[in-house]
Amino acid sequence: MFEITLIFTTALGLAWLLGSYMTGIFSGQSHFSDRLFNPIEKWVYRAIGVNANSGMTWKSYGAAFLISNLVLGILAFLILKFQHLLPLNPDGIGPLSWDLALHTAVSFLTNTNQQHYSGQAQLSYLSQGFLIVTLQFVTPAMALAVCVAILRGMLGGLNNDSAKEGEARNLGNYYVDLVRGVLRLMLPLAAIVALLLTWQGVPSSFDGAQKVNTLDSASPITEQIVPIGPVASMVAIKQLGTNGGGWYGPNSSNPLENPTPVSNAIETIALVLIPMAVVFMAGGMLRRKKFTLMALVAMGLLSVSFLGATVYSELQPNAAFAGLSAQGPNMEGKEVRFGPELSALWASFTTQTSNGSVNAMHDSFNPIGGLMTRSGMLLNAIWGGIGCGFVNFIVYVWIAVFLSGLMIGRTPEIFGRKLETREITLLGSLLVLPTLCVLGLTAITVAIPSITGNSNPGFHGISQVFYEYTSAFANNGSGFEGLGDNTPWWNISCVIALLLGRYLPLFLPLAIAGMMSSKRVSPDSNASLKLESPTFCFTLIAVILIINFLSFLPAAVLGPIGEALQLATMSLEK
Amino acid sequence: MNSIVYPTKTQHAVMGLRASLALLFVCGVVYTGTVTQLGGALFPVQAKGSVIHRDNVAMGSEFIAQPFVNPAYFYSRPSAVGYDPMATGGSNLAPSNPALRERVMATSQEIQARESVQAADIPVDLLATSGAGLDPHISPAAAKLQVARVAQARQLAEPQVLTLVAQFIEPPQWGIFGQERVNVLKLNLALDQIAKHAQ
Repeated sequence: MFEITLIFTTALGLAWLLGSYMTGIFSGQSHFSDRLFNPIEKWVYRAIGVNANSGMTWKSYGAAFLISNLVLGILAFLILKFQHLLPLNPDGIGPLSWDLALHTAVSFLTNTNQQHYSGQAQLSYLSQGFLIVTLQFVTPAMALAVCVAILRGMLGGLNNDSAKEGEARNLGNYYVDLVRGVLRLMLPLAAIVALLLTWQGVPSSFDGAQKVNTLDSASPITEQIVPIGPVASMVAIKQLGTNGGGWYGPNSSNPLENPTPVSNAIETIALVLIPMAVVFMAGGMLRRKKFTLMALVAMGLLSVSFLGATVYSELQPNAAFAGLSAQGPNMEGKEVRFGPELSALWASFTTQTSNGSVNAMHDSFNPIGGLMTRSGMLLNAIWGGIGCGFVNFIVYVWIAVFLSGLMIGRTPEIFGRKLETREITLLGSLLVLPTLCVLGLTAITVAIPSITGNSNPGFHGISQVFYEYTSAFANNGSGFEGLGDNTPWWNISCVIALLLGRYLPLFLPLAIAGMMSSKRVSPDSNASLKLESPTFCFTLIAVILIINFLSFLPAAVLGPIGEALQLATMSLEK
Repeated sequence: MNSIVYPTKTQHAVMGLRASLALLFVCGVVYTGTVTQLGGALFPVQAKGSVIHRDNVAMGSEFIAQPFVNPAYFYSRPSAVGYDPMATGGSNLAPSNPALRERVMATSQEIQARESVQAADIPVDLLATSGAGLDPHISPAAAKLQVARVAQARQLAEPQVLTLVAQFIEPPQWGIFGQERVNVLKLNLALDQIAKHAQ
């Protein structure tokens, strides 16, 4: 328990420092980091062909975001499809099938890192070290850029002081925000984390695999091939960028990807650091520190209660071990050096932040642990993925503002700007979207047993399918890994969930913030809703929980809740 | 300053392509290259997989479990992938899956027979496969369970083996992080060392 508290508070403390740094680099004011980064950025801006002093409206900003994603996605698909013709492929790995290449490209483009291929065996060094690492840097920075633009829009844009009502608002320059996010935020952090991880034992080399003998000459294998590579550099950004796609198949449960408890602490902190820092940054950019406090309380309460339930669940014995072992926690799929508590901590953070890396196998978690991880993904607003998590949170805030407005009988407004029919319509579609996509695809897949590819029977089989689409839609990327998911059906249906779950929840809020930015601002009065009040915070938590309960409780009953009841009956019978 | 511009879709596509290429170079080439080389220079052993050498022969990686079947060695946790680092993975069996129950029952009976103990004496980690199938550690209880068998096979006194195990119990790292654990490969190498001195 002490270690969990220590990691949690250290992450919050570092996030506070990092948050004010991020406010600095995105505020457009001069900043201490300018001296180091301005000369480098000048070259990058020249390479892109962008004028760093120009701004964009929400429509241009959104177009830049979508079109740059399309271009990068096509590039990624081509590299994966033709990796066998490209250099840096010492092991002669072949091309991916078109559906697997499409799924992999979209999965990494959407900051999801859901993997239907198997780690080191199907991707060349070029695909992993060059393409995927780049996507892991760029995609969180893209979502962060959109988040920053939305925050600017909520205060009327950068030209708020001079612009009149209805006049175009400047939400910043997409390419400048993107480059700053990569160069000033992700790269320095990743370099530090990568070196710390190498120190703890994560490989960092361009050499091929190491061949070693085994000690016991009587054992069935006499040598082992230990795969190494530029692992540490990838693992660092995998953790920091809410990416989750690891070097090795079983991710950070593999002892080479996460060798010691200290490396585990570093990776766990890296997992939540930037998502937490975004919350602090938001308060700075909105010039409302109390808004950050309200968000921290709402997210913190949900985060800690989900975490508590997961830890409790994994400290319980695994039902399959009843009567066959000494009393002990559920250790199936877990590593001795971490134990159940640190595995539960990681599982909670990785699903809350839309990271998706794992240090234990979620498929073998006790049912309540499995349910908690899924809940974290479905909310996707407790910390959440970099940028998109806080955008989701803002969406919930808008909805709570709308509902509160109805309750107190006033036109709902936020920071003085009214939420009207157009905005509410878009918000409504954002609410329906996850249910439609996740449950719709789950229903279709479960209805046709020949395409599901389950490895576990009964309730857990439904859970596997539900988990996979949840993970795709929430851009998380973790999986119940027993699922046989490299088939055209799984690849293509997941691509649909990935695209819908990434672009609509980022683009529509940008549109809402953009439309609201040029509205007339009504002055703060005693009668206006206090966003920073405990009452609003409580309303917000209730809104988040009720929306998701209504949407997903029936499906949860068919999956993990059914499984938990089944296990309880089984142990009564024994 | 900060005038608003309205790029066309083509201009966006061109800037998007140039940005993608520039960032591929910065992240994919400069970052990966620099950090990997620097890590290798600062921590040469760790960077290449923490390989343990005995008499100049690579005897495994500190972080990769090996299979042990000779009763004179401590055994690792069971592996869902036959201790193959290239195939690394977990069982992914759910607690409700009958296949898991069957496997645990078989392993439990095997260990009861091998170590002459009751089911209720077997620590959970000796029956459970790990996340990656390569967990190099066992719990201190799992090591102590095996002391009698190893001592007998090596014709050593039990207290001597127990003392050795006690030396190899790694406390939580820095006194705070993680669980108490025993690295099986290091312990077995030390056992061989004792045998060598005895000769």
